[in-house]
Amino acid sequence: MFQYSVRRILQSIPILFIVLTLVFVVVRVLPGDPAVAALGDYATKEAVDALRIKLGLNDPLWKQYLTFLWDLCHGDLGTSAITGYGVAAQVKKVLPHTLELTVFGIMFGYVFGIPLGISAGVKRNTFVDYFNRIFSLLGLSVPAFYLGILLILVFSIQFPLFPVVGAGEFSDLASNLRHLFLPSFTLGLLMTAYITRMTRSSILNALREDYVRTAQAKGLLERVVLYKHVLRNALIPIVALGGLYAIVLIGSSVMVEIVFSRPGLGKLMVGAIKQRDYITLQSVMVIYAIIVVIINLLTDLVYGLIDPRIKYR
Amino acid sequence: MPKRMTTTQKMWSAFLRNRTALIGGIIAVMILAVAIFAPWLAPYDPLRQDPYMRLAPSSVKHWLGTDDFGRDILSRIIWGSRVSLIIGISSVSLGMIAGTLLGLIAGYYRGKVGNLIMRGIDVLMCFPDLILAIAITAVLGANLGNLILTISIVMTPRFARLAHGIVLTLAEREYVLAAQAVGVRVPRILRRHIFPNILGELLVAATLWVGVAIRLEANLAFIGLGVQPPTPTWGNMIKQGVDVLINAPWISVYSGLSILITILSFNMLGDGVRDMTDPKLRGT
Repeated sequence: MFQYSVRRILQSIPILFIVLTLVFVVVRVLPGDPAVAALGDYATKEAVDALRIKLGLNDPLWKQYLTFLWDLCHGDLGTSAITGYGVAAQVKKVLPHTLELTVFGIMFGYVFGIPLGISAGVKRNTFVDYFNRIFSLLGLSVPAFYLGILLILVFSIQFPLFPVVGAGEFSDLASNLRHLFLPSFTLGLLMTAYITRMTRSSILNALREDYVRTAQAKGLLERVVLYKHVLRNALIPIVALGGLYAIVLIGSSVMVEIVFSRPGLGKLMVGAIKQRDYITLQSVMVIYAIIVVIINLLTDLVYGLIDPRIKYR
Repeated sequence: MPKRMTTTQKMWSAFLRNRTALIGGIIAVMILAVAIFAPWLAPYDPLRQDPYMRLAPSSVKHWLGTDDFGRDILSRIIWGSRVSLIIGISSVSLGMIAGTLLGLIAGYYRGKVGNLIMRGIDVLMCFPDLILAIAITAVLGANLGNLILTISIVMTPRFARLAHGIVLTLAEREYVLAAQAVGVRVPRILRRHIFPNILGELLVAATLWVGVAIRLEANLAFIGLGVQPPTPTWGNMIKQGVDVLINAPWISVYSGLSILITILSFNMLGDGVRDMTDPKLRGT
């Protein structure tokens, strides 16, 4: 397991490196001069030139690239030309909000999705199954921001139970949780739909296996067959695909942050695009990529842990 | 003795018996018809403003009410279907062509070329769909052509992975090995022996992913990176409705409902057809 983990961790380094390069290139080909964007269209040529030098935009591209990597290794994400703030500080401020939102959403999805999926898979073609299938098809189809709007209409406007705007303060736990509830419930419902669907089909696949028939034939209790034979094996694809859906959920968190006006990475990114704040955009994309690489890594490690066959490949 | 059915007839009768696929298909066709015949179906000009009918709730005159410029919501929803469907269908088609080509090549020429392609795909997949789409739209700018291009770039890796996976298993099949053994050239093997066998699975995925593409477009429009107003799109209508959510919730609710129903119909169609064609699930 140790060897496998080391190999897997080493594998993610080149990917991360290429991703960083890609982000660097994409941000450089964005239309418009960042210095002009920062100073406005009526700035004098001298002011623009001075800012270009300060931002290092007149350096050759390879030098800008090396500076970008060097700074990144030191946790320096640069200074926004628009706001004048250090980007790292801004990211540090909003990242906990995004993480809190998505982690709660993912947990919600697993906690409710797995039992729902199991019951649907075991009681195939019953009322429970139909209900679950309709629910998960709806969850698969609804855009996150629309679900958010509907929840706001019901739980903030019709019945004013939860606040619509902001994220509250971390120091005030009660307010923080009250602000967190609707946004993470939005993500949680989506994740529940994904997990339910996946668990159901995974259970159905496991139920068809020969070892399940053998277990049933030798007269084991249904319960024992279900827990020891079906669930253990059905868990493997749930973990593997769960990572994939966690990544989808991170994408959706952008929309949820916008609908609920919650501070977060997504809101920071969209704001940066509107203000043509390239340095912030670049950093946020880097952070997202790092999160995805970490999720993929964790998925594979857990995968190796529960399925001994994986390690030896 | 009953008449023997051709494969097409068998598929067709299975489709008619599969309720999910059938209902999804009927709704999808109806929405397609709405988009095509929008000029004849819409009761009003979607851009016509009526200052005396601002934010009117639904009535006999305006079935789904009006927005803050007094424009008829129903007419705007009917016209808005065009943008969603054009972007959804054409970007998935483009992504399917590009992705399948890349996947086929990478699956068949393993080694350097294949590795390079698949690593490139891995890198693109390091970003959640929406975040990649937002970044590309920021580079290209938001208009209909660029949105199609953006979403097809986001769709390409999905198709490439899918095609690649199937090709890897097909390449070991006897009939492919036999074709290689008698000296059939690679492009012909790909075209005649491999492509027809992956087409079904690709089409099912494409149906499901039209929904994903439509949702991406709506997301971008909601952020303000979609087709720009006054052209009605479902996404920018929801965005506009959010500002008056308390007083006129119908604007956002009805536009969003159109997106939901459209995506749902494609998902039901794709799901149903997959259940039908998946040999593991057949007969259950």
